[in-house]
Amino acid sequence: MPTAQTRFRGSAWGHTVFALVLVAAFLFPLYWMVNASLQPGQALLSIPPKWFPTEPTLDGYRAAFDTQGRHLVISLFVACGNVVLTLALAAPLAWALAKFRLRWAALMLFVLLIVQMVPGIVKANSFFTLYSELGLLNNTIGLMLAQSTLSVPFAAVLLRAQLRDIPGEVIEAAALDGAGHWRTFLRIVLPMSRNGLITAGLFAFLFSWADFLFAITLTSREAVTPVTVGIYRFMGANATDWNALMASAVLASIPAAILLVIAQRYIAVGVTGGSVKD
Amino acid sequence: MTTVVDRPAAPAAAPTPPTPDARAAARRTRLARMSFYVPSVLYLLLFFGYPITANVVMSFQDYTVTSFYDGDAPFNGLANYTAIFTDDLFGASLWHTVVFTVASLVAQFALGLALALYFRRRFPLGSVLRALLLLPWLLPLLVSGTVFRWLLDQDYGVVNQVLLSLHLVSDPVPWLVSPDHAMAAVVIANVWIGIPFNMVILYGGLQSVPPQLYEAASLDGAGAWGKFRHITWPLLRPVSAVVLMLGLIYTVKAFDVVMVLTQGGPADATQLLSTWSYQLSFTNLQFGQGAAVSNVLIVIAMVFALVYLRAVRAEQSER
Repeated sequence: MPTAQTRFRGSAWGHTVFALVLVAAFLFPLYWMVNASLQPGQALLSIPPKWFPTEPTLDGYRAAFDTQGRHLVISLFVACGNVVLTLALAAPLAWALAKFRLRWAALMLFVLLIVQMVPGIVKANSFFTLYSELGLLNNTIGLMLAQSTLSVPFAAVLLRAQLRDIPGEVIEAAALDGAGHWRTFLRIVLPMSRNGLITAGLFAFLFSWADFLFAITLTSREAVTPVTVGIYRFMGANATDWNALMASAVLASIPAAILLVIAQRYIAVGVTGGSVKD
Repeated sequence: MTTVVDRPAAPAAAPTPPTPDARAAARRTRLARMSFYVPSVLYLLLFFGYPITANVVMSFQDYTVTSFYDGDAPFNGLANYTAIFTDDLFGASLWHTVVFTVASLVAQFALGLALALYFRRRFPLGSVLRALLLLPWLLPLLVSGTVFRWLLDQDYGVVNQVLLSLHLVSDPVPWLVSPDHAMAAVVIANVWIGIPFNMVILYGGLQSVPPQLYEAASLDGAGAWGKFRHITWPLLRPVSAVVLMLGLIYTVKAFDVVMVLTQGGPADATQLLSTWSYQLSFTNLQFGQGAAVSNVLIVIAMVFALVYLRAVRAEQSER
């Protein structure tokens, strides 16, 4: 009986070719970014456009490092700090919600889901006024704290779902061996939930790296500006320097590309896990 | 200390009067347990409870740039709300938000579903190619926005050059500089960004449709369209609802793409509630009015969020 599966097998490579065309068309904007980043400024203004970098140059990347290098380092620092902060807060909370049988656990979960839907501009408005009183404007730690509001609830919900699957016997065995709550958590629970921690950490990094709203409202000095705002301001000041601008965009995309390559299997979990599933 | 994580020590000791030792141990256990969640509860109060409350309070204050210097922000009742509701930009940005959201959602969903259906077939390199489609979703929105600014550039953007060479248009389209085209431009960019999210979740939904159903339908002589209408579409309905509701919640508050592409312009043609609130607060330095607009936005987002969470809960209790 010819099922759908066997029918497809005959033309399987045909489907691959068509899928390649689809993916190429869909990712064309990214190709165009790389293409522009490698062409001299003059070539970018030619009509018809140059479809390939026939006279490739790294000038754009040189300019990008000169203007955005510092901002990239700041973004890296803030994003790494956010990962640590997010996991330190979200993992213990997730464990408490998963296993402590708290009476208000359902309410807490509801709160964690709903706060993810608070528009960023609401937080930006009040963080700005609060930070100006506390002297936290133009401060990388202040920025990190603001950005952690993007990742802490997300990570807590995601991790709770994962930690719930840890079998109770393992924990009881540890307790019988005389391990306290924190010892059990640090020595047994965390190692067992490594994949969940990686997923949550990766997303915390990406949320922070990609943040624009907090960065533009809470930093105004060059010295503490992350790369998203660096590119935005560069675009405002040098609107026609597409070569350097696209090179900066390529550099700012690198974490996403790396994530896609090394962490592909964790991503699908994160897309759904943090916000959709109970 | 011997305790079992799941069981609080105190109720277990209830029948006999607890010895001081047992009571001390119970207290230690309770403290240890609290140390897991008290920091996060404080964090949530400080970083969500405070900003939301402060934003509401600020919307009833005359909070301007001088408030930062003299610390004085007198309450002015409903003046901020009166000011924004009587501003022509209120109706305009509300309408733009609706257009932007609905157009983005419809196109993202349709294209995401088409890709999910295609990639459900098994063929060599299928999963690698499907993974590559995720890339736009992982990129910072600012990067995607910058790239679309270059693609849609009136004179040198590749989009116009292709349209011209195919004779689809006779003059370059002023995508980002004409009020008639700017909304289309920001929607196009936002759709491109949103397709992967729709595709991934819909693809997951398709995986849970039992293949036997399709085989049975084939035996009954159903064609591809018949299978889609009578099997795929009905079984995908719950997942579609989730995708659309989440898309709605996240698109209503979209900010980055519009800021990069048009800053709400030209002539406020792409001013959304979010960008208008930003402009009021951080460009006009009318923080009270900015807070009032963002409160309108949070009410809209919360209504959809509650509808969504109720729907998810209802669906889960049905199972």
